[in-house]
Amino acid sequence: MGLPLVESALQWNSGILNANRDPKNDDVEFQITRLYSRFHSLDKGENGALSREDFQRIPELAINPLGDRIINAFFPEGEDQVNFRGFMRTLAHFRPVEDNEKSKGHDASEPLNSRNNKLLFAFRLYDLDRDDKISRDELLQVLRMMVGVNISDEQLGSIADRTIQEADTNGDMSISFSEFIKVLEKVDVEQKMSIRFLH
Amino acid sequence: MKCSYFLDRRPPLGGAVNFAPCPRPESRESSCGLELRPTARSAAQVWLSLVVGLIMLPAMFGVSLGITETYMKVLIKTLKWATFRIQKGRRERETLKPSPSNGIIQRDDGSMEKEIGELRRSRPKRPDGGDFTLSDVFYFSRKGLESIVEDEVTQRFSSEELVSWNLLTRTNNNFHYVSLRLTVLWGLGVVIRYCILAPLRITLAAIGISWLVIGTTVVGLLPSSRVKNWLSELVHLMCYRICARGLSATVHYHNKQNRPRKGGICVANHTSPIDVVILANDGCYAMVGQVHGGLMGVIQRSMVKSCPHIWFERSEMKDRHLVTQRLRDHVNDKTKLPILIFPEGTCINNTSVMMFKKGSFEIGGTIYPVAIKYDPQFGDAFWNSAKYNMVSYLLRMMTSWAIVCNVWYLPAMTQMEGEDAVQFANRVKSAIARQGGLVDLSWDGGLKRDKVKNTFKELEQKKYSSMVVGDDSSD
Repeated sequence: MGLPLVESALQWNSGILNANRDPKNDDVEFQITRLYSRFHSLDKGENGALSREDFQRIPELAINPLGDRIINAFFPEGEDQVNFRGFMRTLAHFRPVEDNEKSKGHDASEPLNSRNNKLLFAFRLYDLDRDDKISRDELLQVLRMMVGVNISDEQLGSIADRTIQEADTNGDMSISFSEFIKVLEKVDVEQKMSIRFLH
Repeated sequence: MKCSYFLDRRPPLGGAVNFAPCPRPESRESSCGLELRPTARSAAQVWLSLVVGLIMLPAMFGVSLGITETYMKVLIKTLKWATFRIQKGRRERETLKPSPSNGIIQRDDGSMEKEIGELRRSRPKRPDGGDFTLSDVFYFSRKGLESIVEDEVTQRFSSEELVSWNLLTRTNNNFHYVSLRLTVLWGLGVVIRYCILAPLRITLAAIGISWLVIGTTVVGLLPSSRVKNWLSELVHLMCYRICARGLSATVHYHNKQNRPRKGGICVANHTSPIDVVILANDGCYAMVGQVHGGLMGVIQRSMVKSCPHIWFERSEMKDRHLVTQRLRDHVNDKTKLPILIFPEGTCINNTSVMMFKKGSFEIGGTIYPVAIKYDPQFGDAFWNSAKYNMVSYLLRMMTSWAIVCNVWYLPAMTQMEGEDAVQFANRVKSAIARQGGLVDLSWDGGLKRDKVKNTFKELEQKKYSSMVVGDDSSD
């Protein structure tokens, strides 16, 4: 692996440097190499970074009702380019949780693919203004993206009200991240927010 | 009729190319440097007469001297050996197992209903089936991320990935240095491909194309008659056979009894402009297309003089009614050659078949489907028009090992009662995909250049809406 790849490998799986010649490392190396070539084929401008346009060119993403929100997750506030490092950082949220990672759990730094970080990714899809709260208005906007023109304003409004009531425990009429975690505690986040790699 | 008689005399493996292990003129030159000029002249003569004698003449009459077959055998053995070496190297490192699909992730093909249903499992079901939970976004996020890592469409517009290296530099993205012996073999391959095969193939292509231009122009001067048609088909066939040898094309035609007949439309999947050469090697077609400039324009103008090809001006192409009418007139004339159409409208990398534009299926008449599948082991036939122009594409072809390809003629199909053009187009597409071993996709190949239409997103939103409000909503 070249140097930029090693750096991105740390983003991808911070355990990679601990074990020498673990056959699993070869899988990780393979995944990173493949993602690197995918990154390059998406990079139509060939400047080593992806723009929002580059993402929108993927038809399956363009028809995804939340496509724009997902693309946004790759771009830190105020930036309109993402390099391979940043690309891997966001993708790493969707790396499956391996058994040994589950048991360790209490490391100093939590890996990007932990349950909490996966939930944070989903939370930020709703949190349009990045103030760590989902307001009724934000929830309504995201709902509108998902359903398009097919549901009336009143109906969508009552759905939003009900959802916030169910989740809100401190009565501020919005959903904080800890409330979000609580509502979704029964959902198999580890599995549902993971991409299964073949290698 | 005469044309087909001419065809029938060909041996089954007619598209043969000859790689004569002829005395290389250059090597002679170096041995007698003093008499360079007369030697060079005679060397050129020998070269040309060998090209004409061993390749041109057999090509013109569709005879094979068996040299290609030998070349192919040697090539297949070499590549097998290389694959073996690469795999051995891999076993030693215990890494990078080639997966049959070449995919990187396992995607769930479950429907939105099923997947979101699973996400909501922990909640009590509402009577109307509709609901919204904060976890519904998990479905969209995972789908979205999966499509970023790997998607069905954009990968079809770039070269297919090989399971093993075929000793061409450009396909060695994922296979790096393997062993000294392989590197030497690769170097030898470079010398053979660039210094021997490429000049030979370029000579042939030049001869073929000039023969087409001159031949068709001369035939075009004759008054219309059966003799003219016969001569025209003869000239076309000869030219395409020479060009096919210029690309070292080895084509296996299957089910020849289903070959397109006059007054029909031949539809095929599209990988590259050389599809035309491949198909026209085994029969004559009327081409449909837009008028080009430059060299293509010269060829088109001379071709149309001898044979009724259908070229449209760019402005005319926009007028769908006019296009359909001209094609219909052609099809209704049972004496005219079958029309050759590539309904995908763009080149796909030969791993899948994408949406067939319905236009060709609205004309009526019999459809003769043809599946074309290239063997990527010997050279990548896909024309990535965004990356390479025509000339550099052809140069890549001529410096590859060979073009090996299978052509299957499928039984003729006609529109069934109660079937509209779109359904018919899909039926033909599936038949071609099944026969050619290609993935049957419903995406539009036009996505290579254009963005996806918003209506597709609206469909997704509609589907999700019905899961939020339930089926019995009256909205």
